[in-house]
Amino acid sequence: MSDGLMEDLYREIILDHYRQPRNRHAIESPSCSADGSNPLCGDQVTVSVVVDGDRITEVGFSGQGCSISQASASMMTEYVRGRTVAEARAGVDAFQQMMTTGTVAGLEGFDDIDALVGVAKFPARVKCASLAWKTLEQALNEGVVPVTTPVTTDERNSNG
Amino acid sequence: MTIANPRDTGVQRLPFDLARIRRDFPILKREIAPGVPLVYLDNAATSQKPVQVIAELTRFYRDHNANIHRGVHTLSVESTELYEAARAKVARFINAPKTEEIIFTRNTTESLNLVAHAWARKFLHEGDEVVISEIEHHSNIVPWQMLRDARGIVLRYIPMLPDGTLDLDAARKIIGPRTKLLSITAMSNALGTIVPLEVLVPLAKAQGAVVMVDGAQSVPHLPVDVQALDIDFLAFSAHKMLGPTGIGILWGKMALLDAMDPFLGGGDMILTVSMERSTWADVPAKFEAGTPNVADAIAFGTAIDYLDALGMDAVREHERDITDYALRRLADVPGVSIFGPMDADLRGGVISFELEGVHPHDIGQVLDTHGVAIRTGHHCAQPVMLALNVPATARASFYLYNTTDEVDKLATSLEEVTRFFGGAR
Ligand SMILES: Cc1ncc(COP(=O)(O)O)c(C=O)c1O
Repeated sequence: MSDGLMEDLYREIILDHYRQPRNRHAIESPSCSADGSNPLCGDQVTVSVVVDGDRITEVGFSGQGCSISQASASMMTEYVRGRTVAEARAGVDAFQQMMTTGTVAGLEGFDDIDALVGVAKFPARVKCASLAWKTLEQALNEGVVPVTTPVTTDERNSNG
Repeated sequence: MTIANPRDTGVQRLPFDLARIRRDFPILKREIAPGVPLVYLDNAATSQKPVQVIAELTRFYRDHNANIHRGVHTLSVESTELYEAARAKVARFINAPKTEEIIFTRNTTESLNLVAHAWARKFLHEGDEVVISEIEHHSNIVPWQMLRDARGIVLRYIPMLPDGTLDLDAARKIIGPRTKLLSITAMSNALGTIVPLEVLVPLAKAQGAVVMVDGAQSVPHLPVDVQALDIDFLAFSAHKMLGPTGIGILWGKMALLDAMDPFLGGGDMILTVSMERSTWADVPAKFEAGTPNVADAIAFGTAIDYLDALGMDAVREHERDITDYALRRLADVPGVSIFGPMDADLRGGVISFELEGVHPHDIGQVLDTHGVAIRTGHHCAQPVMLALNVPATARASFYLYNTTDEVDKLATSLEEVTRFFGGAR
């Protein structure tokens, strides 16, 4: 593999998200959350979101894994925060599309994600990059009502 | 200089000449990118193949190819003879008392499953205990979990100590009157730990238990003598010891193999078939249903010739030296921590490590740009990862063709990795 390919994979913006992840924190009373993992390489991520009406007002992640999986998780949270659930789902689809076709997603208003386009050339790493996005989708599929720990109406209101 | 082979005076020993050995492996001349030579350090996953083995595969298909045991024509007779000669080489290599005790399978996994099905399902009953260890490869865990769920046997694990060796005091308590089978690896593929079979086998034998050894990592790298070990079954794979993929071995004591039912039914494994019933062929045919992997079995015989000519003592000595060098060299690389025993006498040529602040996957990716091929992940040994409390490790593993220069290349490349990810969490 040439150095050029290396730079395709480890763009500076990716390393920046890896070193200084955004929204890497727990969410007190999430509307929904999900765990995702790639046991084969040891990537693991938990994604939690707070949904108010149809809008994602808070999002956080935790976990451990390679630079690609963690940077992608950081970017994902920056992308979906403040967007509607429908927009977030569209983002997940656009990201998967980018991983399969190797052409930039052109996700409106967030260029950082395009830096991950190089991952498509490394089949072994696609699942690392996709992990946080799939986990977000899984969280949203669970529905916006918390499924694990029941939350009282008061708590939900105070977080809503 | 030639040294007599203690087992077979017919084999001429060659001196351990590293430069000559490396010339036998064409892939070692490969570049991963222009000017970036391959440094292959993923031998625990699979080994590279010498020209002799590659040539034998071609020669068989070119000159002899026919189905075996079925024809009176010349090619079929020749193919059968070559196939059976390979069986004899395998038998001699592990000092099996009888050539017929060697069964050709696809790999270690199939060999272990063969015993789980054809022996354990027949002879083990609810409440009987199977003892394995915490450092097994998944292929020596999952078949027993399946058997536990199907038959109600009890599965017990000999725990691992923090240094990657087995807790022998615990083993003395776990192996008891209910133990019917001890199925244990001789060498951990995740940590390199050499398991003290000389301690564990007598404990199991004292309870009248059957002993199966997963030799996937030991047979390619250490002298193995099934009679001296006093074991009952041994499983290993050709592809990890210079041979082709698609060939594995199950060795078992004839009395046990005789008493077992077949694994798969079909052609070649029967004596007679009527519309109502069939009778089984003798061992080993009973366990080799259908057309076997003839060409790869024969080429595996050539791989064994290669190892035999060097002598497994010399192979082990080379690997011990290179492992000792690597343990010391890697310990000097800033940020590296090594898992498993630090004494090269207690481990094979497998070194699992982590690099502070860099996930194993990223280590492997950057090393690849330097031509250095290592393995990252859980190495099909998730219980070991759990015990070490890590999601994954990076693993370098050596074979008879690796050099100290290659270890140096690994070490300097790891320093590059740290530089590249410098400032990472
Ligand atoms: C200790 C051990 N057991 C079993 C296996 C399984 O070997 P195979 O994949 O050839 O069946 C391996 C190979 O990875 C191994 O290292």
